[in-house]
Amino acid sequence: MRDIRHFILGCIVAALAFIGLVSSLTPGMVNAQEAGSVAPQTEIDRSATGGAPTLEDIMRRQQGLPVDNSERAANVGDPSGAANLSDQLGTLGGASDPDLWRGMRFNEADVTTQVRGPAAEVLIQDRGMWWLQFREGPLLTYGGYLLLGTIGLLALFFLIRGRVKIDGEKTGRRIERFKNFERFGHWLLAGSFIVLGITGLVSLMGRKFMIPVMGHESYALIAGASKWVHNNVSWAFMLALVMIFVMWVVHNFPDKTDLKWLAMGGGLFGGGHPPAKKFNAGQKLIFWSTIVLGASISVSGISLLFPFELPLFAKTFAILNSTGLPEMFGFGILQETMTPHEEMQYAQLWHAIVSFVLMSIILAHIYIGSLGMEGAYDAMGSGMVEEQWAKEHHSLWVEEVKEREGKAPSGATPAE
Amino acid sequence: MKAMLVGFVAIAVIAVGADYTLDQMGWSAAEQGASSSSVRLGN
Repeated sequence: MRDIRHFILGCIVAALAFIGLVSSLTPGMVNAQEAGSVAPQTEIDRSATGGAPTLEDIMRRQQGLPVDNSERAANVGDPSGAANLSDQLGTLGGASDPDLWRGMRFNEADVTTQVRGPAAEVLIQDRGMWWLQFREGPLLTYGGYLLLGTIGLLALFFLIRGRVKIDGEKTGRRIERFKNFERFGHWLLAGSFIVLGITGLVSLMGRKFMIPVMGHESYALIAGASKWVHNNVSWAFMLALVMIFVMWVVHNFPDKTDLKWLAMGGGLFGGGHPPAKKFNAGQKLIFWSTIVLGASISVSGISLLFPFELPLFAKTFAILNSTGLPEMFGFGILQETMTPHEEMQYAQLWHAIVSFVLMSIILAHIYIGSLGMEGAYDAMGSGMVEEQWAKEHHSLWVEEVKEREGKAPSGATPAE
Repeated sequence: MKAMLVGFVAIAVIAVGADYTLDQMGWSAAEQGASSSSVRLGN
């Protein structure tokens, strides 16, 4: 009855968010491809400018619409047709100065530099604008709505359903639900996730919401501190994620009791309390959401922590393309070659999108573990829960504990 | 409650430790994509 609510709410909100964000991402991907070499929808007569941008191009760019740069991008000189170096006018090797600048503009120039690094030879990264616009637009907007919507739904749920009380009479006896090291692992994960969530939101939303309030200089200080905290606290999160996985995975494999629990809606709609082991089906879904989404956030986070060292997306997109799924779902053929910067941009978007989904799920988890249910917080507070609470929500686990206690020699006496 | 506080202290310790360790390794994210000086273009 209890955890079904945070599971259901979390799932609904996560699904809505994912649909919204993915549908928003699609035009961004298409724009990214169009901005490179694919011709946009409308043909523009550039004969008057000899292929250079027209007023219409400039207006389209200002409106954020795709602009056909293919002619300019290809017009970067022809070294093979150049006059010999010893001939007259042969010194530029078949490329004029405008050709050279166009080459730089479209990352086609043959740049050599003494600076060593994966991205040192990229002077202008052509496809950064759609990322910036997506980051400051749909990502920020839908992400914000997702969190506010989750909080609103939880508030509404609380107003309608109220706090879930312990139905039976309390016994006064307490059972150990989680040991010290289990609670330590939980709080290591929970504390670091909250810190990462807040500092992540400061990084994403501060420019829009904090600078107008506190000014650039104050925000710069907070943003700098946020960045340090976010980068370094991430290791605590990753460590705790591994810890939680190792400690609880054995209790979170699906079994037959989950089907019954789900069939009864966790008891949410009446019909008594469905039996459950140490973790019920709702908690198992929270566990796997945390592990899978947390791992995905960690991998994209490591990619961002060590820029250009762990590119993920070109290879992933190539694998996805080979399955044919992106085309089947209308995404077209995903981009398979990227500059190092584009890899980072995709990593940042993925990192933020998955984090928003996990944040909304965890908000529901926090609600049900504190305000939403009487007796639930004790499990992670003191580790000792009221026996009646345990019988109502984890009856099979209580039986296991009682059985163990019955077998264990209390006040063990040595064999004589 | 104690486990929670120890967990929060551990977060701070791990964060400071991570910063110190990465600093000792001498790896710099800033140097991966930006040039501090002396960029030579073309031939």
